[in-house]
Amino acid sequence: MFLKRTLPLLIVFLLGLAMIIQFYIPHPVSQNFYDSMAEWVRISGAFALILGLSSFFYVHTRKLARKNKDSFYSGVAILCLIGMAGIGIFGRGGINGWLFSNLYRSIIVPLDATMFSLLSFYIASAAFKAFKARNAMAFALLVTAIIVMLGRVSFGSFLDGIVEWILVYPNTAAQRGIILGIGLGMIATSLKIILGIERSYLGGGD
Amino acid sequence: MQLSTSIWVWIAAFLTLTIYSFLYKDNPLYRFAEHVFVGASVGWSIAIVWHMTAIPYIGIPLRDAFVQRNWPGLIYVAIPTLLGCLYFFRFFPKQSWLARWPIALMMGYYCGISISPSIETNIFTQVQGTILTGFNPTSLSSWWALLLLIGVVSTLFYFFFSLKHEGIVGKTSRLGIWFVMIAFGASFGYTVMARVSLLIGRIQFLLHDWLGILK
Repeated sequence: MFLKRTLPLLIVFLLGLAMIIQFYIPHPVSQNFYDSMAEWVRISGAFALILGLSSFFYVHTRKLARKNKDSFYSGVAILCLIGMAGIGIFGRGGINGWLFSNLYRSIIVPLDATMFSLLSFYIASAAFKAFKARNAMAFALLVTAIIVMLGRVSFGSFLDGIVEWILVYPNTAAQRGIILGIGLGMIATSLKIILGIERSYLGGGD
Repeated sequence: MQLSTSIWVWIAAFLTLTIYSFLYKDNPLYRFAEHVFVGASVGWSIAIVWHMTAIPYIGIPLRDAFVQRNWPGLIYVAIPTLLGCLYFFRFFPKQSWLARWPIALMMGYYCGISISPSIETNIFTQVQGTILTGFNPTSLSSWWALLLLIGVVSTLFYFFFSLKHEGIVGKTSRLGIWFVMIAFGASFGYTVMARVSLLIGRIQFLLHDWLGILK
């Protein structure tokens, strides 16, 4: 029981407390401790990627084994993963190599940008369906969105002043309220975890 | 019009068009590109972690410590490495509790490290920026600063659920909704414009880099 539950809780408590305290101690010993812990977390965190990778292979090899019309795509995903990782690790020049850089620039960058740009169509169509000025507040949201969108294009430059005002005052006011709430929430949740009140990260079982 | 002769430009153009084919409907070309993206992205991450973490933080220090018979240095790197290896016990139900140790290291570190900066940046800095240091009724910026203060306080009231939203609290929180709606409208507008700028970038790529129509 000690090794299964108490020790992880103790690690979290002691390390959490130490990390809070070190922030307020401007001393080389404190800085070294911070650097060491950051390195440890970085090292052990790298293994979590392998855990995620095994989940990826588990899902896609199962799809491949089913031999239905989706199996081909799982094969493509696995091949691309092995190819990209293999070139990056074993290829000449590693991640700075000619092939890896070109694959990154010609596959990942355009696919990433295109995927996100695709959302502009869906956001616009969703907004068209959902943006109905049912009440004064919904109207405020609608008008603000239109003003900000128009103000960001060349023919809407006459709206620059009002866009600036919206962003600097009412927008900042609400964002600041939300940021304060997020900050308080983060502190409360972190304290709950450090003090062992929140233990869901331990998972089920003993 | 001058078509590109680079194979890389053609690959990027093909993948861009296959993704946009989804606008018509879900189709095999789109699904192909989607799976290429997933596989290549994860593969890229593995290569980055290998070169940025595994080699400089695990491989080289372990090798150097071993060659130089530097046992404290070896133990220093071996502890987090072994802790990281404990993640794999997730695959063995009876020993899966061992994976809690590296998770505890992560949780303790990130919870502890996030508290103090969060107090500084999310609380103190925001409150400092909101406080009215002097009010001059003849200055317009003073009135806007007052509006900012009212906005922050009313937004906080809106998200404060320990008090029933009625009476003065209800009125203040209702005012907070107005500020929140305006902020959400501004955020929405910005998100749309960010996506549109990406779309313009892709169209520019197709027309300039690939087809050579735009100069």
